[in-house]
This record gives sequence, structure tokens and C-alpha cells, in this order.
Amino acid sequence: MSRDIAASPPLIVGEVSLDAPTLGARLRKLATVGRQNPLGLLGLIIIVLFTICAIFAPLIAPYSATHLSNTTDGGYSAAHIFGTERLGRDIFSRTIYGSRISMSVAFISVVLGSAVGTLVGIVSGYLGGFVDSLIQRAVDTAIAFPALLLLLIITQALGPSFRTIVFALTLAVIPGVTRIVRGAVLSEKNNQYIESARASGAWAPRVLLRHILPNVIALAIIVMTTLLGGIILAEAALSFLGLGIPNAASWGRDVSDARNNYPIHIQSAFFPGAAITLTVLGFNLLGDSIRDIADPRLRGSR
Amino acid sequence: MQTFILRRILGGIVILIILSVTVFALLRIVPGDPAIRICQLNCGPGQIDAIHHQLGLDKPYFPVSVDLTSPKFVTFNTDSQYWKYAKGVLTFDLGTSNVDHKPVFPTVRKRLPVTLELMVLTLIFTVVVGIPFGIVSAIFRNSIPDYFVRLTAIFGLAVPVFWVATLVLIIPIALWNYAPPIGRYVGITDDPWLNFKQLGPPAAVLALGSAAGIMRLMRSSLLEVLRQDYMRTARAKGLRDRVVVLRHGLKNSLIPVITVLGLQIAGLLGGALIVEEIFTLPGLGDYTFKALANKDFDVVQSMTLYAGVSVVVLNLLVDISYAWLDPRIRYS
Repeated sequence: MSRDIAASPPLIVGEVSLDAPTLGARLRKLATVGRQNPLGLLGLIIIVLFTICAIFAPLIAPYSATHLSNTTDGGYSAAHIFGTERLGRDIFSRTIYGSRISMSVAFISVVLGSAVGTLVGIVSGYLGGFVDSLIQRAVDTAIAFPALLLLLIITQALGPSFRTIVFALTLAVIPGVTRIVRGAVLSEKNNQYIESARASGAWAPRVLLRHILPNVIALAIIVMTTLLGGIILAEAALSFLGLGIPNAASWGRDVSDARNNYPIHIQSAFFPGAAITLTVLGFNLLGDSIRDIADPRLRGSR
Repeated sequence: MQTFILRRILGGIVILIILSVTVFALLRIVPGDPAIRICQLNCGPGQIDAIHHQLGLDKPYFPVSVDLTSPKFVTFNTDSQYWKYAKGVLTFDLGTSNVDHKPVFPTVRKRLPVTLELMVLTLIFTVVVGIPFGIVSAIFRNSIPDYFVRLTAIFGLAVPVFWVATLVLIIPIALWNYAPPIGRYVGITDDPWLNFKQLGPPAAVLALGSAAGIMRLMRSSLLEVLRQDYMRTARAKGLRDRVVVLRHGLKNSLIPVITVLGLQIAGLLGGALIVEEIFTLPGLGDYTFKALANKDFDVVQSMTLYAGVSVVVLNLLVDISYAWLDPRIRYS
């Protein structure tokens, strides 16, 4: 909408205002979208809850992640609502603290990976020719390879640390995003407004940043939300295999800890794993809904 | 079609070469020396050199080296590590493990049946559970069974494989003091029932995610087909509902399902590694995992190449089956 219309008194066509919607109207619109997609709303609520847990873990958890109580029989009690594990650490507190690693690693690597993937995809799609084939062969190779194996090679090679895990997961995100963004750029590139921008003498980076990027960024965000669940699962699997971030409460490692040590307490494997499941469920539900609302063409792409 | 297959095979070979060079270089660039692992941290510099020489790690990495100062510019050297590796792959000599000092190829032959059986069982579970439930879900859309199937599928896609596998293993131990007969793998020809008791649970766990995916896909694919004009025509001809859905609908809706099933097998390679670790099955996943931890160069190179070959071949088969199942698709 151009500026002079926005500055003039609201233009009313029937019941629809062409003026910028007020905050209240936006919220009402959002509420309607939420009502129409109850599962997506459920996903959003789950994610918000886990994000709050991650940020305010010390306030929510009754004990610190490493606090040793003297009840090691694992039983449930008012003091330990999820029970304790074999060393006497409170499972509820560890589950709360575990959300920190999962959430932060997943968010950082998906955002980084999508940013790089989007840039590479735009360059690949826009330039075409030799550069495009080179990038696409690399993407083929990366997609052709089991992701978990790639993650294992990198983390084993570089040694487990926060930086290594984020680096490895970022690499895992890039190829898929690149492929989807490249496809979008290819279909966007032949539009007339690109041609007119180029005809009016805009040089390539300007066309890319001002005209193509805004059109594919929505797509990149949708792809991002659908990727988050998978990345959380991947990080948990790495932790389970002993290649997670050392010295941090982590859901994956707590499950493996429960399996590898006696005495066996079911609850010390159950709750961290249930937390992973819930988080991934939340991301999947939200991702599916956003994708369906924003771009029905992508339906069933995962 | 033939040119298409030929082109895809050539493309696949290019992918595999890129993959092998990348893994080869990655293993050697990053810190961590296999020699140090072999002599347990307490060896002198002379010993390390001796081990390097013994393993052939003192030779140049790549057969082609570029030297800007020499007049020859590019020199070609067949006495290099990558050349030996590539030549070995073509003659089924995959090198020797640094850990147990046995040649890799016979070990792979011994371990392959375990992983293969795990995959086949997983695939059977996936198809037997995924397809019928997907069909029911689509036919009785928005009914209680449909909601049940969809909810199960959503959960199936969200649960971590290692968690379910762990629970399957530890709950019977904690509650009934019962441990499944794992630990010593028994071949299917020796004792089929015991073999199934060992491989059934891990395969079922592994099938959870893939069956959930297939259920969802089967449902949406059948719903899509049910909307088509030829379905209305079939109904208008007076065919019974059952015939319309099973004969006309199912056949067409299975095409994308088969495609995705093929692609899932590739993804299962990673999952197989995890369940093999948890259920202590002596398969290729377990071999790969231990080799990675021990910087066992020859084994890691062989296993990554094996994974790459499997994926390239499966992708090609999927594309061919696609054209074969749907005559409308023509490759050129």
C-alpha cells in the first residue's frame, strides 16, 4: 500500500478497511487463525512452555541440576515429583534444565543453517550455469548421505563441545534449505519485476537483496519451523551416543545414563525422553500448521 | 529412459567420488592421530613414525599434487593414500582395520546380514502397519479411527528412536526381571525363533517413525486420488464403493508411498546404528560407530562409501519405479 493512501482518511470498501489494521484487529485475526488450527496452537503453547522452562530454569526447578539428595531409591515423593535417579539427582529439575541445551542448540543451528542455506540457494538459483551445477552437486552429495552419520563423523572428529554440535547441526540444515530456496528463486527470477529491475540498471547484489530475498524469506521461515523438531531429535541422539555437550544436563544423555547404570529406574529414562517427544511434537504441530496456512504448495513435503 | 538411467549412474558416481574425497580428507585434516590410539598415549616419536609407516599414513594424501614453483606444475603420483584406497575399492579390498587388524571386507560380509535382516524386518513392519491404517484413515475420514491414526502418527514422528528402544529394554528388566536374549547374536538359519526375538523388538522400534510417515502419506495420497475425476466416473458407472476405492483408488495412491518407502530405507541407516548400539547387535551400524570412535580410517571410509552407494542406488531405483508405476512420467 502506498504512503498517500495510508495518510488519507480510511478508505472503506464494504466492510473491509484498506487502512493498516490496528493492533486489536491483528490480534483478533491471530486468534481466528489459532481457532482454525487448534493443533498448531497446541504446538505453539508447548513450545512457549518449554522456552519459558529453558530461560527461567533456575526459578522453576526446585533443585539445581547437579544437587544430590540422599534419596537414591528412585521413589516419587512430594519433594521429588518425578522421583530421583540413581545418584539422587532430582529428575524433575534435570528435565527442566535439559530444555536449555535442546532449545538453544536447535534455535541457533536452524537459524544459522537457514541463513547460510538461503544465501547459497539464492546465489545458486540466480546465477545458474556452472556455479549452480557445482552447488547442486554438493547439495546432492550432502542430501544423499545419512544425516546422523555426518553428525557423528563431525562430532567425533572435532570433539564434543557446544561449538562442534552447533556447527555440525548447522551443516545438516544447509542442504535442504538451499534446495528449496533455489527452487523458489528459479520460479521468481523470470517474473517481470525482476526483469524491469535489471533493465533499469540495478546490479546483481541489489536485485538479489531488494527484490528476490524478500520473496523467498517467508518460505525460508516456513522451512525453518518444520526443521526444528528434527534438529532437536538429532541433538538428543548425539547426546545419547555420548557425543553431546559435556557437563550439561541433557535429555539424550540422561536417557543413556539410565540405561547404562544399575540400579535401573524407569523414571530416569522416561521423563527426559518424554520431554524430547513433547518438544518435537510441539515443533512438528506448529511447523505443519504454519506451512499449511502460508503455503499449501509445500503440503506433504516432509 | 536408457539415457536417463545412464546419466543418473554417471551423476551417482560423481557424487560418490566427491563423498569419498571429502570423508578421506576430513579424517586426515582434523586432530586425532590413529597411531596415538594404537600405542595408548605412551609412545615416543620414533614409534609413531613407525606406526605411520606401517599403516601407510606417511605417504602423500592425493595422487595429484600441484606445485607452482616446479616447471612440471602438476605431478602425478600413484604411490599415495587416496590412489591405494580408490584402487582397493574397485578390487573389493577395503583395507585393514587399525583396531582388530583384520581386513575390512570379510568383516563387512560377516556383519552385513544382521543389518540387512534388521532393515527387511523394519520395512515389513512399516508396510504392514503403515499402509492399512493409512487406508482406513482416509476412507473413514474425520471419524474416531481416523483421529486415532492421525494422533498415533503425529506421536510416532516425534518420539526419539533411542528412547523407545531404551524403554523396551529396561522396562521388562525393572518390572519383571526379564531381559531379552540379546548379547550373542544368533543367525536366522541357526534358530529362527531366537533370531526373531533378538531382531524383532529393534526392528519394531525402528519402524515406529517410518510407519508413522507412511500412514500420513498413505492417507493424504488416497484422499487426493479420491478427489480425482476418474473416481467419480467409476462411481457413476455404478461400481461398488469397495471396488472403486480398492481397484481404482489404491493403485494410484500407492505411487508416492512406494517412492517415499524407498527414500526411507536410506534414512533408516542412521537409525539402525542407534538400535544396533542399544540392542548390541553386531551389524554394520555398530561397526561404523566403533570405527568412528577409534579413528579407524579404512573402516570409516568403507562404511561411509557403503552408505553413499546404498542411497544413490535406492534413489535411482525409486526414480525408475516411479516411471514404471506411472506411465504418465517420462524421463528424457
